[in-house]
Amino acid sequence: MSVNIKIQDAIKRYGNNTIISDLSLDIKEGEFFTLLGPSGCGKTTLLRMIAGFNSIEGGDFYFNEKRINDMDPSKRNIGMVFQNYAIFPHLSVKDNVAFGLKNRKQPKDVIEKETKTFMELMHIDEYADRMPDRLSGGQQQRVALARALVIKPDVLLMDEPLSNLDAKLRVEMRTVIKEIQHQVGITTVYVTHDQEEAMAVSDRIAVMKDGDIQHIGTPKDLYQRPANLFVSTFIGRTNVVNANLKVEDGKTFVVFDSGYRFEMTNVLDDHKHDQKIVVSVRPEELLIRPEAKDGLKAVVDDSVFLGLNTHYFVHLEDGTKLEIIQESKIDSIIPAGSEINLNINHEKVNLFVEDGSKNILTGVRNDGEIYKKGMTR
Amino acid sequence: MKNKKKLDVWVLISLGILLAYLLFLIYPMFCILKESVISNGQFTMEFFEKFFSKSMYLESLSNSFKVTVCATIMTLVIGVPLAYFYNMYEIKGKTVVQVLIILCCMSAPFIGAYSWILLLGRSGIITKFIEGIVHSIGFAAFKMPNIYGFNGILLVLSLQLFPLVFLYVSGALKNIDNSLLEAAENMGCSGVRRFFKVIIPLCMPTILAATLLVFMRAFADFGTPLLIGEGYKTFPVLIYDSYFGEVGTDHGFASAVSVIAILITAVIFLVQKFASDHFTFKMNALHPIERKQAHGIFNVLIHLYTYVVVGIAFMPQVYVMYTSFLKTSGKIFVPGYSLDSYRKVSKDLFNSIKNTFVIGGIALVLIILIAVLIAYLVVRRKRFINEIIDTMSMLPYIIPGSVVGIALVVAFNKKPLVLTGTVAIMVIALCIRRLPYTIRSSVAILQQIPLTVEEAAISLGCSKLGAFFKVTVPMMSNGILSGAILSWVTIITELSTAIILYNYNTVTLTLSIYTQVSRGSYGPAAALATVLNAFTVLSLLLFMKVSKSKEITF
Repeated sequence: MSVNIKIQDAIKRYGNNTIISDLSLDIKEGEFFTLLGPSGCGKTTLLRMIAGFNSIEGGDFYFNEKRINDMDPSKRNIGMVFQNYAIFPHLSVKDNVAFGLKNRKQPKDVIEKETKTFMELMHIDEYADRMPDRLSGGQQQRVALARALVIKPDVLLMDEPLSNLDAKLRVEMRTVIKEIQHQVGITTVYVTHDQEEAMAVSDRIAVMKDGDIQHIGTPKDLYQRPANLFVSTFIGRTNVVNANLKVEDGKTFVVFDSGYRFEMTNVLDDHKHDQKIVVSVRPEELLIRPEAKDGLKAVVDDSVFLGLNTHYFVHLEDGTKLEIIQESKIDSIIPAGSEINLNINHEKVNLFVEDGSKNILTGVRNDGEIYKKGMTR
Repeated sequence: MKNKKKLDVWVLISLGILLAYLLFLIYPMFCILKESVISNGQFTMEFFEKFFSKSMYLESLSNSFKVTVCATIMTLVIGVPLAYFYNMYEIKGKTVVQVLIILCCMSAPFIGAYSWILLLGRSGIITKFIEGIVHSIGFAAFKMPNIYGFNGILLVLSLQLFPLVFLYVSGALKNIDNSLLEAAENMGCSGVRRFFKVIIPLCMPTILAATLLVFMRAFADFGTPLLIGEGYKTFPVLIYDSYFGEVGTDHGFASAVSVIAILITAVIFLVQKFASDHFTFKMNALHPIERKQAHGIFNVLIHLYTYVVVGIAFMPQVYVMYTSFLKTSGKIFVPGYSLDSYRKVSKDLFNSIKNTFVIGGIALVLIILIAVLIAYLVVRRKRFINEIIDTMSMLPYIIPGSVVGIALVVAFNKKPLVLTGTVAIMVIALCIRRLPYTIRSSVAILQQIPLTVEEAAISLGCSKLGAFFKVTVPMMSNGILSGAILSWVTIITELSTAIILYNYNTVTLTLSIYTQVSRGSYGPAAALATVLNAFTVLSLLLFMKVSKSKEITF
């Protein structure tokens, strides 16, 4: 049975150090929810508060209607996968998987059957009698997952489960994790600092920084309409350019120092006034247009051919460095030193207020916004 | 609610251990301090004045220092290269070599001392043999160097204690990642240069720890100087003598000397700690060093070095075993072989073996249990009270064994708690003395077990106590076991504390040997020593079978 998780005004302190202040979150039943952020942002701390391994200094944690703040971790019915897998080295693969069922005093035949089912599900049944030190990293990961799932937990918690694997295995295992999660349909909270991994597995992502949630949304929301400049730079790659917003005859324009300008039709009404802004342009949103009359003048510094795409590293007249990604063309690569003319795909570009704290375009979907009601700004 | 109750269990354990330490360690130490400055109800410094006014007493102090420093240096000079050769190169018969080395350090030091007297003493067989040869070729005035006094103590202690350096440094070498050595070689640093520039610095924390251990053992050892020292009196002998004084017992003076001994060892301990703080780093070998085959003359030399060192160190043991089968007449060995010696001791043998197993067994179980509990409290439950326990449990590390003995007698020879002469006091003494080592190793093991493993068990429905016993303890068990075997062997060969506490009912094998040696009955002593050695070997073999490992690491 799956549950939804509700966190209200959670507070975490170590001594006088407040790691998390007033954090609220709703995780839907059966959802694959990811906490994403740079190291030290409090994502693992929050996960361990849900698990019950970290004390909770304030706020309420609910599984469905049940408040779990003071519930013993062993009673919360969670499955947890650790960064170092935490496989019991003195038990065989089978005994590792059966460990939780034995603690629940299940009858022998049930233990046998369930253990077998989940070992088969994770394709580790052939190693049933092996000791963990004779398993590879990927196999240990599968054991950890089987062990966490076999107890039919209400919630599955994963703390950077793939960070100890090599790149290829990481990609393979994240597909496995996503498939299993879908199959079992269990509410899952996943912690990672790898934004690509987060995008690949998650239904929704919460981007965290300094103990605060910056943006909660689907991978598409986060990438295309990030709530602020931090989210835009943390998710995917982007170029940040300073510019001005000018309102002329009811129309809103983005104007660069070099004079290049284009109209934006999707600026929020209460931000439609002359102001300094920050433009976030993803590398694929910069278009090389030699034939266009206007645009940003840039000089190519270097290029990298990666097969599908070619990356160009260029600088503007004022020295700002930009990265451009272009689908590789059959003809030759633009040589370093060439002058090029750049246009911006203004449907996809994002605009932020000068300090980067807010996206001023319409269409930003941030589920974290509702908790900020009543707060200033 | 249930959670609260379980937390209380650990608090109760903390309090229980704290009380035990206060009663059996702090209180006796307090008594000995009181005894040293109070005479007939008056505060007095007369005992300390007595010590510092007589050159005889000060000389014993300087004697102790000389012989201890020299012995410590010798153990390093012998032990470090041996460990290096043993772990870096293929040595033929390496398992046997290691077992022999361990056996060397596990027999009581005084057995070595007395065996060397039989070998190199005034009428020792080697002395006679060499002198005979030299005399026959015309140097009638030739005399072998004197084995008694400083030389003898140094010889015995060096050969007795270098195995500790060997074992410690071997452990450190196993933690060095092979890639570090390859990197050094890659940058043009190899052979002897690499040994001094890379390997020694990497092993420095361990070498310092081993140095301290050897120093403390050598400083506190009193069986050896008592037997082979003759006129060369060392500090522990002084403590013993003043306690069992020539003219009646003088508890006051013995206590004063004990206090001075503790102060000295405390200073040494602090100096070592200061030095080792400069070398704190953690190593974990992903790719441990693999033994290489040495070639040519170098290969011959390292084999020669290993065999000669081990041979010399093991010779006394072999000789003791040999003499146990010699025919005796009165106290003298006569030609021919017999089991006389065994027959003579058969009556004592049963009693002392029983005592050895009862006292040693109880002590061992208590030591392991308490050490694991304290390790858990220190590592997983950081509280002020547990830090106090941790610090207190380390105190006996710097207290010489005979001082522990005297302190316990002083504290528990009067009402309300009379323990002198009981099995209990022997067990308590062994626990106090052995716990620091077992606690340190348990703490080290527990620190290596990631907390997440315990958390995984809890998330799978284990209670906290259940997770500790189902997951943590089994994971610690291999380490605990190897620690236990070392504890066991040191327990059954312990002398310096037991000699102060024992009586006829609690005499152990080691004590029987000592009394036989001091009576000059070498035959029976050899027989008992052989039995003790047999037990030691059996313990080691059992350990190797249980742990399924061919190599013993401590």
